[in-house]
Amino acid sequence: MKRRLLTGNGAAAWGARLANVDYVPAFPITPQTEIIETLGSWIDSKEMAGRMVTLESEHSMVTAAGAAAATGVRVFTATSSQGLLYAMEMLYTVAGWRAPFVMVNVSRGLSAPITLEPDHNDILAARDSGFLQIHAATCQEVLDSVLMAYRLSEDARVRLPVIVNLDGFYLSFTREPVEVPKEDKVLSFLPPFDPENIRFRASTPISQAVAVLGGGPYSYFRYETHLAALNALSVFDEISVEFGRFFGRSFDAVEAYRTEDAEFVFVMMGSFATKAKEATDRLREAGWLVGLVRPKLFRPFPKEHFLKLLKGKKGIAVIDQNISMGKGGVLYTELASVLYGSLDDGPVMASFIGGLGGRDISSEEFFEIAKVIRRAAEEGKAPPPRLLYTEEELREMRKLQVIANAERNQAGKRVGKKDE
Amino acid sequence: MSEETFKSVKDLPSTRLLCGGTPMCSGCGALEALHEIYDILGKKTVFVNAAGCMTLLSIYPFTPFRGSWLYTAMASAPAGAQGVRDALDILIEKKQMPPEDDLQVVVLTGDGAAYGMGLSSTSAAIDRELDFLYICYDNEGYGNTGQQFSAATPHAAKTATSKGPRGYPGYKKDLFSIWAAHKPPYVATVVGSEPLDLAKKIEKASELKGPRLIIAFSPCPTGWGFDPKLSVEIGKLAVKSGVWPLKEYIDGKVIHTKIPRKRVPVEEYLKVQGRFSHLFSPKRNEELISEIQARVDAYWKEVEG
Repeated sequence: MKRRLLTGNGAAAWGARLANVDYVPAFPITPQTEIIETLGSWIDSKEMAGRMVTLESEHSMVTAAGAAAATGVRVFTATSSQGLLYAMEMLYTVAGWRAPFVMVNVSRGLSAPITLEPDHNDILAARDSGFLQIHAATCQEVLDSVLMAYRLSEDARVRLPVIVNLDGFYLSFTREPVEVPKEDKVLSFLPPFDPENIRFRASTPISQAVAVLGGGPYSYFRYETHLAALNALSVFDEISVEFGRFFGRSFDAVEAYRTEDAEFVFVMMGSFATKAKEATDRLREAGWLVGLVRPKLFRPFPKEHFLKLLKGKKGIAVIDQNISMGKGGVLYTELASVLYGSLDDGPVMASFIGGLGGRDISSEEFFEIAKVIRRAAEEGKAPPPRLLYTEEELREMRKLQVIANAERNQAGKRVGKKDE
Repeated sequence: MSEETFKSVKDLPSTRLLCGGTPMCSGCGALEALHEIYDILGKKTVFVNAAGCMTLLSIYPFTPFRGSWLYTAMASAPAGAQGVRDALDILIEKKQMPPEDDLQVVVLTGDGAAYGMGLSSTSAAIDRELDFLYICYDNEGYGNTGQQFSAATPHAAKTATSKGPRGYPGYKKDLFSIWAAHKPPYVATVVGSEPLDLAKKIEKASELKGPRLIIAFSPCPTGWGFDPKLSVEIGKLAVKSGVWPLKEYIDGKVIHTKIPRKRVPVEEYLKVQGRFSHLFSPKRNEELISEIQARVDAYWKEVEG
């Protein structure tokens, strides 16, 4: 097995190349563009088979992706942030078609204000779409996730599109050594896509995505999609075992780091969880019994994995790199719904929001989070949610506001003069 | 088939490949055109549909089509056609599908999608030289939601969102010219009430490759306010009065396929439709009727030189 120094975007492109994808409908957007540029150059130089087409929008891109998958070819596509939201109508639509394909999303904060740096509000907006979601934290995981995603997506018990998520900049443009598996090994793990009888052929006409009348048929198809997504839980575990056998690396639905004897657990998704991992080691050195739990699989939600890992813990700190306006952290809410009533003497939970628009989470903050959750466990009372922000950051922000005000006053004077 | 297949009305197929019993309104001009078009295209087709009246043709578990169907969304049917076409090409190229299993990809949308929300995805599909046929049934408004005005609505027409005494203040967008400006292989206007002209154009379009786009003028009894039995007559009047020019764009030129030499006054076309009744009662609106007539006259003056 070859190790290459790859960016997260490069690893995503390698995943698509190794999966032998037939078709890549594309549209550029920062920080995803490197993925389609890489695939485009491989296709142009014939290092890779397949056809790439640049659409005029992400909405059209996802339409073409779904339509091609519904016709029976293996499809890969990628987007980010505003692009994912622009395509949102079609995300729900093609998931309803049960069109199996893989889309990489390179997470980036949403407008407004417009930014390029990452958080998870884009990907979590797709939470209820019917796409399954795998969240990567390393470049290796990006490549592995794409291969896992095709197996999951095309499995007859699932047959749903899958999004593989990686964080913009922190992962998309960070080079890490990545083991690139051999093509023949990937081919044994991931054989060509068999659409069975769901495809367009002149000899076997078919109507796909037709309208329904009334709530009965509508509910039936919606429930069926939900149940298929739930099927993906056991299918994922099954494929994960196979993945380990083929490639010698495990790929579990949920990563548990130093949790066995931990009293307090951080719960995070994506590449920022590697910061929590580092903090866990430092806190351990300082004598704290802490650990980290990180879901790779977010849809379907791996409820049982969480229950097993969090049983008997004293406190849980969920650090969300997203914010649901008027509610708070999405992962916190999801996890609370799983734990409530499921564990006797369940752990105290605390919610923290951090890392929005790529804002760093420092190790001091992880120490502070650990303190908050320990105190909460001692008092047996959940603390109020916290929005991570330092005094230093606020000072810097105030400076910007002073400048903004001064600029506005200046502009006002200039306009005033003209009028005179 | 060749260009000579349809010389007279007697040559037109009467296969009625599209089944009856659909939930379209009686006298639907769009369904009339679609029947005629489908008889020529045949069942080796996949219709890629955008939100509109025709979306209700295929309601689970029924379809009037002998061939295939994919409903997409309002804005992106041409992108759906792109995905299907590309996938079929890939499968044939990889020998995973015999060429005889290939399908003609047909986009079917109303004017709401074609003139508005879907214009960007259509323009881009033409840029990419996608091999597909686009059929826009133009009933001059958002018909399926109760005939609100769209960019295809003619000047002065009363719609659910232009109920004032002067009707719709805008002018019908010239989609034919917008499409033709992309220089695709073929653009044409048709109407179901001129089946021979329609058949010749659909046949011609079928024999070409690349983006081929058809606007089918579609009299709409419920939206325009007329008795369903008048649907064919109103289609004919639209042509005879010069309101709906039958033409095609091919090899860089626009050719009028049926020039009404002695045009009937536009008034004859307007007065049989409820959507223009405010031009005649309670008081005749001479100014608006003359404006509409003048615009039609100016169009044909330019055509006839």
